[in-house]
Amino acid sequence: MRHLLSTDELNRETAIEILDSASQLSRLNEDTTRKFPTLQGKTVVTLFYEDSTRTRISFELAAKRLSADVINFSAGGSAVNKGENLKDTAQTLEALGADALIVRHSASGASYNLAHNGWTSAAIVNAGDGTNQHPTQALLDALSLRQGFNIDDGKGLDGKKILIVGDILHSRVARSNLALLPTLGAEVEAVGPGSFSPGCKYANLDEALETKPDAVMMLRVQKERMNQPLIPSDKEYSRFWGLTEQRVKKVPNCLILHPGPMNRGLEISTYAAESNNSLVLSQVKNGLAVRMAVLSMILGGKNETI
Amino acid sequence: MKTVLSESDIARTIRRMAHEILERNSGPFLLLGIPTRGVSIAKALAEAIESISADTCEVGQVDVGLFRDDRDTRKAKPIAETVIPGSVDGRTIILVDDVLFSGRTIRAALDALSSFGRPAMVQLAVLVDRGHRELPIRADYVGKNLPTSLSEKVRVKTMADDSEDSVVIE
Repeated sequence: MRHLLSTDELNRETAIEILDSASQLSRLNEDTTRKFPTLQGKTVVTLFYEDSTRTRISFELAAKRLSADVINFSAGGSAVNKGENLKDTAQTLEALGADALIVRHSASGASYNLAHNGWTSAAIVNAGDGTNQHPTQALLDALSLRQGFNIDDGKGLDGKKILIVGDILHSRVARSNLALLPTLGAEVEAVGPGSFSPGCKYANLDEALETKPDAVMMLRVQKERMNQPLIPSDKEYSRFWGLTEQRVKKVPNCLILHPGPMNRGLEISTYAAESNNSLVLSQVKNGLAVRMAVLSMILGGKNETI
Repeated sequence: MKTVLSESDIARTIRRMAHEILERNSGPFLLLGIPTRGVSIAKALAEAIESISADTCEVGQVDVGLFRDDRDTRKAKPIAETVIPGSVDGRTIILVDDVLFSGRTIRAALDALSSFGRPAMVQLAVLVDRGHRELPIRADYVGKNLPTSLSEKVRVKTMADDSEDSVVIE
């Protein structure tokens, strides 16, 4: 694997390989807090044109745990403010010896451009591009689901039914999961109000929950990406599509995921987020292991020729 | 393809190595295999030691992929499981691998072990030593010394991984 741009590109074998490596790493992370020398002498740049807490920190920590040198670049406070474009920034970073660029950008396809336009020879990891893809998020969701269902390493999510709920339209998390989870054998359905999830068969979350999903993935309502009012009000959204206490109690065995940051009281209630079936914190923990697995796979071996 | 050790040869060799281990040490033993084939051989050695002595053996495994120094020349491999029963501190550890070649795997294994603690002593047991060392590393217990040329491939097959016990040169 040379780049990680999209979960569309992952076949079942590679996806399970990444999950298995990540699951071993998450065990090692519990046993020992030492660093691994795997990426000694490699330079990893986190190139973030959009705000982020967990993704950037977890990529940074993952690279540091593998002994890489890490440079954090965020668009604010850089030459981007003076008008430097993505190509020039990438080439500048490569000239300084970056082996991998971890890219978050508000434009869909930014990572693909960097990887395929010959601007840089660094490996590219997509950490979220616009409304398109966020592959490591889907991988950490899959790992959390596999652990939550007590499925062994080496296996997929065969036969599990997973509901993705909410702002499908703006969600790169949804798109990444809609590609990855079926590759792993799960049955996935995206639901939400018509303005978010065109063609949804259900009028509200109660109807959708009657299909008895094994897990629900609640998506954040992304107000920063809405340039027109798509929901009448927060209260109404929560009444029809929020994962409230009453709804959680109706599906007592259903696992709950949320990619974070959560809008508590809007798409997810505090009761749901903190219930025993919630995987929210294990998702964050698995994020570190998955990103270590991805970096070691991309940088920790002989480069395959393009 | 030439078979160098058959199933019965391997069984005899393992028994002999178990005797050698017992001559130099007293139990309880901690054997750590290097995935994949090293683990099966560690289990076989543990079984042999327990059948000819009253000592008990614990068997674990240590993956060395993250500690290799030659990753740039090899394709990245998935990370295998590391299981260390108890702590390595102050114990005598017998590392077990199928083939000793350049010595780089063992160097990485020593690094991996030291990240888990400080063993009192580390010894090395290998089923086949094929020569061509790139580092000053040697095995304490060798099943068979097998002079090879660099173009040849030595394959150890085990019941658990390949449904037969044999060593072949290709």
